Amino acid sequence: MKLTAEEQQMLDGAQGRATQKAMEILVALGTIYAAERMVPVTSVQIAGVSYDNLGEAGLHWLSEMADGGGKTRVFTTLNPAGMDIENWQALGISEDFARNQMRVIDAFAQMNVVTTCSCTPYLIGNTPHYGQHIAWSESSAVCYANSVLGARSNREGGPSALAVALTGVTPEYGLHLEANRRPGVTLHVAAKLPDNNDFGALGVVIGQKLEQFKEKPIAYITGVDQASVEQLKSFCASVATYGGAALFHLRGITPEADHYAAPDESLAITQADLDEAQQSLSSAESDEADFVSLGCPHLTLNEIARIAELLAGKRVTKEFWITTARPIKQMADRMGYTRLIEAAGAKFAADTCCVVAPIKGRFKALITDSAKACYYASGKNKFKTIILPFDEVVLAALA
Amino acid sequence: MKLEGRKIYQGTAKGEALVTSMGISFFGGVDPDSGIVVEKGHQLEGQAIGGKVLVFPTGKGSTVGSYTLYRLKMNGVAPAAIVNAQCETITAVGCIIAEIPCVDHIPIEQLKTGAVLQIDGERGSVEITAS
Repeated sequence: MKLTAEEQQMLDGAQGRATQKAMEILVALGTIYAAERMVPVTSVQIAGVSYDNLGEAGLHWLSEMADGGGKTRVFTTLNPAGMDIENWQALGISEDFARNQMRVIDAFAQMNVVTTCSCTPYLIGNTPHYGQHIAWSESSAVCYANSVLGARSNREGGPSALAVALTGVTPEYGLHLEANRRPGVTLHVAAKLPDNNDFGALGVVIGQKLEQFKEKPIAYITGVDQASVEQLKSFCASVATYGGAALFHLRGITPEADHYAAPDESLAITQADLDEAQQSLSSAESDEADFVSLGCPHLTLNEIARIAELLAGKRVTKEFWITTARPIKQMADRMGYTRLIEAAGAKFAADTCCVVAPIKGRFKALITDSAKACYYASGKNKFKTIILPFDEVVLAALA
Repeated sequence: MKLEGRKIYQGTAKGEALVTSMGISFFGGVDPDSGIVVEKGHQLEGQAIGGKVLVFPTGKGSTVGSYTLYRLKMNGVAPAAIVNAQCETITAVGCIIAEIPCVDHIPIEQLKTGAVLQIDGERGSVEITAS
């Protein structure tokens, strides 16, 4: 790999121990994937923030990087933490966990990482534009940035994203190169997609189809006329979770789709496929559900407004978490949505979500509109699940 | 016999080889406290990787696996070195943060469990000193 004089300096340790370690990671990745050089990035997003996932070892490494003088050279934000940083008591988080979670946040802050903890950085000002090189690690956000925004990111792990943040560069391989963004299979959708959960089911179906290829192709999707930001966010989360997809092209909607003709190899997706996927995500009877959560990925302000409208003057009967980014929560406060939602007994869980909070085994069954949330609820947290359209999830919390 | 491969992470180590032809997922597949492989049905299930030169084709699974290698190191049960046919992100990052010598592009089918291997991470070489 060809390094600039400054990159070589970083590797030699002239810019501190943390920067050196970061450059060692990037040079090794560049070597493995045959990158010819480093490219500067404009944005980083780091996963591996919840103490529940990091553990003491992960925290120890982050502290070593912070104490080793690591400082970000580019705008960097964080993935959700294991708790609402300002209001963790209300969510039943233990004091022990809260203390350790704050040690993680403090280590990142020491490195000048902006400690906005969200899986939707693109909604809150970490918003790259078309063609920019970035290094993100939240899988749903990587998929959104590549596909919907047209920025260029590989699917980073927590340490490699931090390494990019501390050096400002990433090896040029994978999805940073135009040649690797070319679609390999057409997926024609002949089904109705009215709600978030339908796009989630579509992500399950397409994800599973992609998994069947020996070399996973990039999907070129046709037959979807329109999709809201919320629906695209649901789809990205699902297709990344169930198919490991970091990029798709959606004809008529995503910016790079027009660069390519539909690939010859073509698969059809029917209403029956989607119905089957929806059924596969619902394992509980409705009377078993004791937990309701919306906001996987984090809610938009528009979605929160809708929840407030549906909950106004009513009372929830189940634990109901509204998960979103802190800046969105602050706008909800200003607009009066928070007051209506909390008066109904639902809880805001900003900075966190039902995937990364330490809630394993705490509930019997989750109701959600998110296919991704279903995956982690059943696998990681041992809950049964029910997937419903957005409005019906809110109504189920009242039932 | 000496095999020449590629440097992934520097450092030298000598140890007994533990060889598998299956990929390894460190997160979920190896117990971070004991260093014992726990993945059901894995060739190495039940075996301890601590202090061994761990030889496997490539890594797989969650990127959190990098932190698992670091945790193994902190717990004193990390492999002495790692030899891969083709290294990938999880193993490479894990070896760098845990400072475990790592070499790839080695014809691993020529290596047998129990052989004593001398690894030179900087040169990317694997020497069989006793078999």
